[in-house]
Amino acid sequence: MTEEIIIAGFGGQGVLSMGKIMAYSGVMQDMEVSWMPSYGPEMRGGTANVTVILSSERISSPIIRQFDTAIILNQQSLDKFENSLKPGGMLIYDGNGISRHPERRDINVYRVDATEEAGRMKSPRTFNMIVLGAYLKIKPLIKIENVIEGLKKSLPERYHNLIPLNEKALNRGMEIITRISL
Amino acid sequence: MERELRLMKGNEAVAEAAIRAGADGYFGYPITPQSEILEYLMEANPYQTTGMVVLQAESEVAAINMVYGGAACGKKVLTTSSSPGISLMQEGISYIAGAELPCLVVNVVRGGPGLGTIQPAQSDYFQAVKGGGHGDYHLIVLAPSSVQEMADFVGLGFDLAFKYRNPVMILSDGAIGQMMEKVWLSPYRERSKTVPDWATTGKLPSRQRNIITSLELNPERQEEFNRKLINKYNEIKEKEVRYEEFQCEDAEYLFVAYGTSARVCQKSVQIARNEGLKAGLLRPVTLFPFPSERIGTLSGRAKIILSVEMSSGQMLEDVLLSVNGEVPVYHFGRMGGIVTTPEEVVDFLKLKIMGG
Amino acid sequence: MAETTGIKDYIKPENLVYKKTGIMTDNILHYCPGCGHSTMHRIIAEIIDEEGLQSEAIGVSPVGCSVFLYHYIDIDWQEAAHGRAPALATAIKRLCPDKFVFTYQGDGDLAAIGTSETIHSCNRGENFLIVFINNGIYGMTGGQMAPTTLPGMKSTTSPYGRDTRQMGFPLKITDIVATLPGTYYVTRQSVHTPANVRKTKRALRKAVQYQKLNKGTCFVEIVSNCPSGWRMTPVEANKWLEENMLPYYPLGDLKTPSEETSQKTNNPE
Ligand SMILES: Cc1ncc(C[n+]2csc(CCOP(=O)(O)OP(=O)(O)O)c2C)c(N)n1
Ligand code: SF4
Repeated sequence: MTEEIIIAGFGGQGVLSMGKIMAYSGVMQDMEVSWMPSYGPEMRGGTANVTVILSSERISSPIIRQFDTAIILNQQSLDKFENSLKPGGMLIYDGNGISRHPERRDINVYRVDATEEAGRMKSPRTFNMIVLGAYLKIKPLIKIENVIEGLKKSLPERYHNLIPLNEKALNRGMEIITRISL
Repeated sequence: MERELRLMKGNEAVAEAAIRAGADGYFGYPITPQSEILEYLMEANPYQTTGMVVLQAESEVAAINMVYGGAACGKKVLTTSSSPGISLMQEGISYIAGAELPCLVVNVVRGGPGLGTIQPAQSDYFQAVKGGGHGDYHLIVLAPSSVQEMADFVGLGFDLAFKYRNPVMILSDGAIGQMMEKVWLSPYRERSKTVPDWATTGKLPSRQRNIITSLELNPERQEEFNRKLINKYNEIKEKEVRYEEFQCEDAEYLFVAYGTSARVCQKSVQIARNEGLKAGLLRPVTLFPFPSERIGTLSGRAKIILSVEMSSGQMLEDVLLSVNGEVPVYHFGRMGGIVTTPEEVVDFLKLKIMGG
Repeated sequence: MAETTGIKDYIKPENLVYKKTGIMTDNILHYCPGCGHSTMHRIIAEIIDEEGLQSEAIGVSPVGCSVFLYHYIDIDWQEAAHGRAPALATAIKRLCPDKFVFTYQGDGDLAAIGTSETIHSCNRGENFLIVFINNGIYGMTGGQMAPTTLPGMKSTTSPYGRDTRQMGFPLKITDIVATLPGTYYVTRQSVHTPANVRKTKRALRKAVQYQKLNKGTCFVEIVSNCPSGWRMTPVEANKWLEENMLPYYPLGDLKTPSEETSQKTNNPE
């Protein structure tokens, strides 16, 4: 098993930390993992993306251009990465602020309106957990309890009281993800 | 003590490994993409636990000279930087080589020349392997291609540095510095309580005074010293060559690549093999000493050899020397901070197979 | 009402209270919201414009957040290696004495890696202007400790606060260069309020005149902010600047030409 994922959006949307939590969870399940972020000044307020690879085998290249899954959180990233999906790959996107929707017909497209949902839950910070929940609904490669463990490891202690809220967000994501047929 | 599993960035792994390797001191100046090393050490505050000194220097010039001072006291000291900072250190590195001091210098390479880009590159190969500073000297150069090796090569680097009284460079790049992978950390080694007998620690009545210097005004004696260095480098070439092979047994198409490019090429080998091309990868782990002999041997079966590196073709020259004209050797790689993709490598190979 | 008036109705000559300075380029500033660099860029552009210096000015940009200064002001520029701007400027001014030469440098660039160049060009009395942006941190590389970081102040390389026993005290490099005979005019200003902006402009204007008169090095420190590195909103950052930076780095002239010293005592500004 090898799952090659790109997560892309704005800096501040929790793109890198979502990837980190997936990587932590992967480690807990004895997988090989790699987490390769975009880095540099463009992250300040600009776009951010991270490549996460989860695999049962030794990972060769941590930098790739063809993905099994793309988790897309803004228009620029959709424009940039839609064509980087392997045929049959999975694209999950948040419809917020999207004016040109996915067009490829040889991939599976899902939509999760996480920005909207996080607003409804009055906790914008759980946004990325809603997205992660949605992903895990379709590809349950990692277990929720490991995600929670991963959260504990990547969140500073003072935020641990937010973990139940994050768990709720994960579950909401699973509920609201919808398949888009083109 | 057991090894400990962590998920870490390559930069963090270097920092943690330095503490665990029993380093006595770290001196560095912030520069992207390696600032996490200094940041991690400041946060970890090892002075409280192991007594390791960590200091933010006012420049790389200062940092490398702090390393000189610490190393001359027989201490295990290191500095880390990225390309522009490493350029600034070259004078100090030359002095360290000339004074035969052990130390570790980590270069998390970014694209150049000049201020260049902060994205990963392998364009400092010549600087690391062929000298960098002035004078006849070599560094021992280790090229990690995973976060695990970023950690492992710190301990190994110190061991080699002290064994040969020679500066060791870990030549990494922004991708390996910034990415996170699983890493098994070695148990803590205690900081050494003894120092080598050449170190300046205060002259006791029981011994002659120790002088650490790279100056020799007498040409005969300087030449003698140069010969001594050559002998040392020859011994290193004989004993310390390290490399890794992937599917080289029957390889007709051989990729030679180190660091991040080697990771990329591992995937290229898979892709090429899926398409029926017998590809293999030789990954130099030490760049000095270079695995010339092994590449020479493998070239016997090879039809084409590609030196794949994120530069305009630097390691290429060492590959050419190893192959000695027996097989066509080409360079392939992206520059400017762009990481080559596995598919690009295979496409280039196919082009060459077709005689392009 | 909302339907009847739109933004277009307001864009009339009589309503224009602010316009782009002629020699600022159209490039969009890359600075974080509220960053003092943006304000300073505009002020420098205004001075060059108002003094008619565009065709004479040669600027030297540093390595730091303001490395791309050359994208923004439409004059000739040289980009220096980290800390070396005064060395470049030394040669520029000596080889082209009729030009208006200045460097623009952050605290890491000027007071850490470039201390030597700073001190020695001031000591030689090189006849150019040094604009020194002191935001107490390394902005560009992500918020590491600078030589000017305040005692106890947190940064990514002083995560427990600057411990002066380990990391030394904030370097008041401006006070040091004021003691050197080569400097002619040394002042510390800020740009965090409109009133301070006006004072800064006045200081720069003086520096321009002194350079024309071949008086020696003029050194203008700007106590600035770094909302991102300080992990604050722009408003919080300016408040913090007032409450913490200014007590340590008090504003005002540190060295003025002697004929003005008497005026200065009459007028504490
Ligand atoms: C030789 C060298 N070392 C380190 C760096 C990395 N670097 C870039 S900017 C900078 C510090 C910038 O801080 P400062 O001068 O205070 O300016 P600011 O970004 O805060 O405006 C450093 C260390 C470099 N470019 N070159
Ligand atoms: S990091 Fe700091 S100094 Fe740099 S642009 Fe942002 S606020 Fe300004």
